[in-house]
Amino acid sequence: MTDFIARKLFTALVTIWIVSMLSFVIIQLPPGDYVTSYVQQLMNSGTAVSAQEAEALRAQYGLDDPVWVQYFKWITRVLRGDFGVSMEWQRPVADLLGERMLLTIIVSLSAILFAWAVAIPVGIYSAVRQYSLGDNVFTFVGFLGLAIPDFLLALVFLYFGYELFGVHLGGLFSPEFQRAPWSLAKAWDLLAHLWLPAVILGTSGMAAQMRVMRANLLDELRKPYVVTAEAKGLKRSHVILKYPLRASLNPLVSTIGYLLPTVVSGSIIVSLVLALPTVGPLLLGALLSQDMYLAGAIILLLGVLTVIGTFLSDLLLMWVEPRLRFRRIA
Amino acid sequence: MSDLTARNEPADHQAVYIATQWQLMWWRFQRHYLAMISLFVVAAFYLVAAFSGFLAYADPSASEAYRALIPPQPIHLFDETGWNPHVIGFERIRDPMTFKLVYAPNPELKVPVRFFAHGFEYRLFGIIPANIHLVGVADGNAAEVIHLLGTDEQGRDLWSRLMVATSVSMTIGLIGVSLSLVLGVLLGGLSGLLGGTVDMLIQRLIEVVRSVPVIPLWMGLAAAMPRDWSVLQVYFALTIIISLIGWTDLARVVRGRFMALREEDFIVAAELIGASKLRIIFRHMVPSFLSHIIAAVTLALPVMIISETALSFLGLGLRPPAISWGVLLQQAQNVQAVALSPWLMIPVIPVVVAILAFNFLGDGLRDAADPYGH
Amino acid sequence: MLQRSQGSVPNRPILSVRDLRTGFAMRDGFVAAVDGVSFDMHEGRTLAIVGESGCGKSVTARSVLRIVERPGKIVGGEILLRRKDGQVDDLVGFGQDSKDLRAVRGRDIALVFQEPMTSFSNHYTIGNQIGEMLRLHLRLSQRETRERTIEILGRVGIPSPERRIDEYPFQLSGGLRQRVMIAMALSCGPRVLIADEPTTALDVTTQAQILDLLRSMQQQTNMAMMLITHDMGVVAEMADDVAVMYLGKLVEYGPVDKIFHAPRHPYTRALLRSIPSIRAKPRSRLPVLQGSIPSAVLRPTGCPFHPRCEQAMAGTCDRDMPQLLPASNDVEVSCFLHHPPESLSTTASGVAS
Repeated sequence: MTDFIARKLFTALVTIWIVSMLSFVIIQLPPGDYVTSYVQQLMNSGTAVSAQEAEALRAQYGLDDPVWVQYFKWITRVLRGDFGVSMEWQRPVADLLGERMLLTIIVSLSAILFAWAVAIPVGIYSAVRQYSLGDNVFTFVGFLGLAIPDFLLALVFLYFGYELFGVHLGGLFSPEFQRAPWSLAKAWDLLAHLWLPAVILGTSGMAAQMRVMRANLLDELRKPYVVTAEAKGLKRSHVILKYPLRASLNPLVSTIGYLLPTVVSGSIIVSLVLALPTVGPLLLGALLSQDMYLAGAIILLLGVLTVIGTFLSDLLLMWVEPRLRFRRIA
Repeated sequence: MSDLTARNEPADHQAVYIATQWQLMWWRFQRHYLAMISLFVVAAFYLVAAFSGFLAYADPSASEAYRALIPPQPIHLFDETGWNPHVIGFERIRDPMTFKLVYAPNPELKVPVRFFAHGFEYRLFGIIPANIHLVGVADGNAAEVIHLLGTDEQGRDLWSRLMVATSVSMTIGLIGVSLSLVLGVLLGGLSGLLGGTVDMLIQRLIEVVRSVPVIPLWMGLAAAMPRDWSVLQVYFALTIIISLIGWTDLARVVRGRFMALREEDFIVAAELIGASKLRIIFRHMVPSFLSHIIAAVTLALPVMIISETALSFLGLGLRPPAISWGVLLQQAQNVQAVALSPWLMIPVIPVVVAILAFNFLGDGLRDAADPYGH
Repeated sequence: MLQRSQGSVPNRPILSVRDLRTGFAMRDGFVAAVDGVSFDMHEGRTLAIVGESGCGKSVTARSVLRIVERPGKIVGGEILLRRKDGQVDDLVGFGQDSKDLRAVRGRDIALVFQEPMTSFSNHYTIGNQIGEMLRLHLRLSQRETRERTIEILGRVGIPSPERRIDEYPFQLSGGLRQRVMIAMALSCGPRVLIADEPTTALDVTTQAQILDLLRSMQQQTNMAMMLITHDMGVVAEMADDVAVMYLGKLVEYGPVDKIFHAPRHPYTRALLRSIPSIRAKPRSRLPVLQGSIPSAVLRPTGCPFHPRCEQAMAGTCDRDMPQLLPASNDVEVSCFLHHPPESLSTTASGVAS
């Protein structure tokens, strides 16, 4: 049990470390450095910057140090919560990210909730009524859900929303709440808008989970313990709900580990199409204008959040899976 | 219950016994109808990719403001005189209210269509110069008068662009998957073959790569591509970036197969009679998991295609003047524009059909890859 | 309590199986796994059903509780259970998931499975898996259930049952798990216990312990026991009656001592010859039964055993199907060597005239 947690924690920390290096590489990748771009930007806006001033800036940001020293300085600043200043917005990165990060998490989690809420019952139905009409229909819908990239699905939804109902779907808030401070009404408004991104983002995950759920349950239904339980005199529905279902839900918990990264990835692109105020559009803008501190911070935070989510799902798995709980320390 | 029907007829029964592994797989594959259909669909896509220049009739990059956003004109094969392939021409009129240019079809204006007509110069398979196209007009420029799928905001012919985009998107997936395959087979093979620490390290690496949201990472890498790179440079850089997405799944398949096969009796037997390691790998192991690799590659291809389309759609992948499905879909980003000119959404169809076909095909191959399974 | 050695047969069986037919619906037709099997089970007595793997003995056992897995299905026959009040119910008449049938499962007839490793769910404690039966059939309270479970675990010889009750199956050894399985089967005091190869998955010393346990439990409760096995050694040690099964049919049926001392069917003889004997000549080869059991799909014509039978009579055994008929006052056998086809037809015609 302890070695399981220790191993997962170690993997999580290593992953975060690798993500931090990748993020730093991305910050460093564009030709020229931060000061070059900054000076360029100031020049464009009509402010002349002398070579000495540029050098001073460079020294201030430590850009003349070897790369690993720069990484070390950057990561220590990050650990203190200082992500640097966005060049484009002229504001600290941390300020820009706060609420958008929260909304990214909300959108991603509701997509996963949607995926599960649909996939589990449908998967059970498909397994118990294998090869029935319903099973075949769900299988086809599942393949369709897997095949349509989420941003195209978003486009299609937007188009039909506009064409058939004349509404502009998209966004997470009604106009009157967009700049309003948080309130109960605003939270309610958010919920009313959340379904569309949740459905769009959750669809491919739902399709995959449905297949997993169906396959797992079919496997479990064939196991001898199901017959044992039936031989006890339990009702068949009770048997299925208590034994094979329980056994086939556990692997689903462990799939959060890969569902979460894909949903977070997808949320970036879907947010652009649906104009959601998540970090997605911010990241694209930052990448296109080479606002690298902002882009690097977003990539780092998204990575860290996913890793934390995956780690929590591992803990959850351990809690529901007795074999992991009681495994001897190797 | 592999094939009960075969048992009824002795001849078939014999055939099952002497069939090679590949024959068994083919028989099994044929029973998966969706996969069989998908096989033809995928083949059709690659045919289009190979002959995109022939199928296009207008220079895909030729833009003209005066023919922007023309609606699609279907080909009519017959008229009252019999066989007479033509499209209905249109007149440009100014909307009296908005003064915008609108196109009104005029049944009097028949534009005759010729098959195998001469048109703009292109290179077949990128090498052979040619100017024959599937459709064209007898005289004059086809781009001026035929617009099978309409035109985009810059007045470029959507059908011709779609043909070229298909060839770009389908090949970028193919090259990306080949790179992935090299990475996956190399790392997965090492992992499965050597075991121990190497295996542990590679497994952790795969775990790490899989637990990171890749799109933002690759967006970062893609955005770092210098602006002044040529279309070709961007194309190859992009293939490398998207191949970095797909290798983990392939590596897992290869490792899993290696692990399973190591314990198989025939491998142990080969080891015991002193066969060399290389011989065991290439004579015994590879043939028995080649089918699994083919299935895994087929399932990896749509992921590549989606990645390219997504990155290009965001403006981080292929950039105009390059043409790909993602680039075409950029024009569909604006709902208002799409609502007025719905044909801009047409490129969604080949993307979805191709991805579906690859998924069904891969699914059928995966089932067939294990012909002795139940 | 009945003594095994007496061999006296109480005349009212607790469970009577009559002409049971169970089969599997396959893509190209119906495959009969159990093809017209009849036998009786009596209080305090053990019936062993023996045969090679694939002969249908497990399907017979499962048919009695109606838990044959899909696409398996009972298509004919009767399974008559005599209640304590003397009333007789045909289990085949009950609905598959009906309340009546569920009340029989685990309560009147209980099953011990072959695979102690996979016959339990690893997601619940053994206390939970046994207790759910007690609560279901005996309507015990939470506390009573726990006390009763601990008591039963102790009775089947599980050390420190009050601790084990909260453990998961994967924490137990194979032998202990089989003891738990027996405890579970016995928990509601069934009158018929069906043990489907209860020792096959265990090592030899544990096998003997489990058999001892089953026997002593039977002595304590006087239940009827059906023992499914392919091991003639186990039969000799445990059974009162033996039913030898081949390809879905009984080929010989009778008291164990009669069958062991004077086997009549060539198949029974071959099975008995294959038991290693301590008196055998050193370094001699153990006789083996040639060939393997044909699949139920490609059933041979005539007597199903004739392709492997050393005494097969051409023109008879490969053409006609022998019937299970009395060969003495308590042994029945299905073989043309004992009931030649002519005598059959003459008796038949004699009856007719």
